[in-house]
Amino acid sequence: MSISQHRSCASISDRVKRLSPSGIRKFFDLLASMEGVVSLGVGEPDYTTPWHVREAAIRSLERGYTMYTSNSGIPELRQELSKHLKAHHDVTYDPNGEILITVGVSEGMDLAMRAILNSGDEVIIADPSYVAYEPCVILAGGEPVKVPTSLENDFELRAADIEERITDRTRAIFIGYPANPTGAVMGREGLLEIAELAQRRDLMVVSDEIYARLVYGVNHTCFASLPGMRERTILLGGFSKAHAMTGWRIGYAAAPRDVIAAMTKIHQYTMMCAPTMAQVAAAEALKAGDAGVNEMVADYNRRRQLIVTGLNSIGLACFEPKGAFYVFPSIAATGMTSEEFSEKLLVEEKVAVVPGSAFGQCGEGHVRCCYATSVADLQEALGRMKRFVERHRK
Amino acid sequence: MKEILKILEDDARTSVEQIAIMAGKSVDEVVAFIKQAEQDRVVLRYKAVVNWDRVEDEQVRALIEVKVTPEPDFGFDAVADRIARFPQVRSAYLASGNYDLLLVVVGKNEHEIANFVSEKLTHIKGVQGTVTHFVLKRYKEDGEMLEAGEEVKRQPVIL
Repeated sequence: MSISQHRSCASISDRVKRLSPSGIRKFFDLLASMEGVVSLGVGEPDYTTPWHVREAAIRSLERGYTMYTSNSGIPELRQELSKHLKAHHDVTYDPNGEILITVGVSEGMDLAMRAILNSGDEVIIADPSYVAYEPCVILAGGEPVKVPTSLENDFELRAADIEERITDRTRAIFIGYPANPTGAVMGREGLLEIAELAQRRDLMVVSDEIYARLVYGVNHTCFASLPGMRERTILLGGFSKAHAMTGWRIGYAAAPRDVIAAMTKIHQYTMMCAPTMAQVAAAEALKAGDAGVNEMVADYNRRRQLIVTGLNSIGLACFEPKGAFYVFPSIAATGMTSEEFSEKLLVEEKVAVVPGSAFGQCGEGHVRCCYATSVADLQEALGRMKRFVERHRK
Repeated sequence: MKEILKILEDDARTSVEQIAIMAGKSVDEVVAFIKQAEQDRVVLRYKAVVNWDRVEDEQVRALIEVKVTPEPDFGFDAVADRIARFPQVRSAYLASGNYDLLLVVVGKNEHEIANFVSEKLTHIKGVQGTVTHFVLKRYKEDGEMLEAGEEVKRQPVIL
């Protein structure tokens, strides 16, 4: 059955036309038509939201909390976030005026870019990086400038590489560590160098820290906590990953007052507020403390070690990813492009991984595997991938 | 080393090789730890959580409150020990509240459990009285929901 081929009279904007359609559409379509696939292609926890959080949302509905909230979000959630940011990252934000509740980090990124960019302003982005960074910059009228990162540096962004690409139009550095798709983290040293650069060249830093809680054996450094950085950082975070709340769509932005005011202005005209029951649920997630999150992190860590060891042993070399829930093995052993590899693996062995090229040129030669899936599925996927690699080793 | 117990508690069939990888230990360390845990009765047994409701086999389960007169030197322990040794008693706890011991007892039918109460339990010295609650339906067993409801599927690929 084919969808109508007639074109409308609408003229689509140049900005939208410029956004690359997801390069792996064909791959998605193929996947949708298949049965029995073990997917390492997801980007969300395999946990359902903890029951006490769901229960809090149900109760809020029963009590009739069904109206809009203030544009900034419910005070209780902003207060809890303020306490949380202080306790975990040693950064201080006033819940009144320096924290905005957004519809996921996705909205936060969009608001941040629209709030700070003038037409033609350049924004530094790591290559590879999360697929939405570049479109967010373009839609806000900016110009993304990619800075390559590589396996040799464990996919960390280096200040020297950034500096080479800074021009008089550069407005901001957009970082996201722990990183999707690589699982890379950045240590305090590397971040301090970026901080020094931002100071010296007077740049804003937008820091997507959605995976901040998912680190293994290392501490997460919040960019805004570095000396002098609170003034020039827009900190973005959310509940999706650490609290297994992807479908609730709750994120937040924390930044200096004038920046939050600007972001709130856009938010109030385009979104009004984040969903009320989801905000209540998010507040409950924070109030419950760290035990539940820590347990999930310990569980991810066990699976992380399983998949890293497994991939290395079948000849798909990977560096040790210390954050998020992704591994980014090299597929050099097969001599295939990442798209070829992913498509063949899906067709021949029914295992779904995401081609690294979907995240930028520098992701080529790698595939993203998510280990937020059951141990049984991980074992099954590794077995199938082993067969595949043995068959296609060049 | 709690890591290893967590992994076993979640799936006791996990191989020592896999446990070693998941816990970041050597296979020898894992083997030695498990052996010690078994000796120390930290790990008591490895068994399946069975949903008997799904099997034709009829089985009746009751929660029994037992009021006990404590013994001078042994408190509740001696009586509790005598009661707990009956194979029908699947779990036995000393509990605070209006009674002293709480038992989980299984039998083929109500009759068998009634017999156990009248012929065995009430004959034990120190047992003052019992209240038997027959289980009508089980919802959760040892951390596992018995009827999980329909499975919620994730999108196969999310960037």
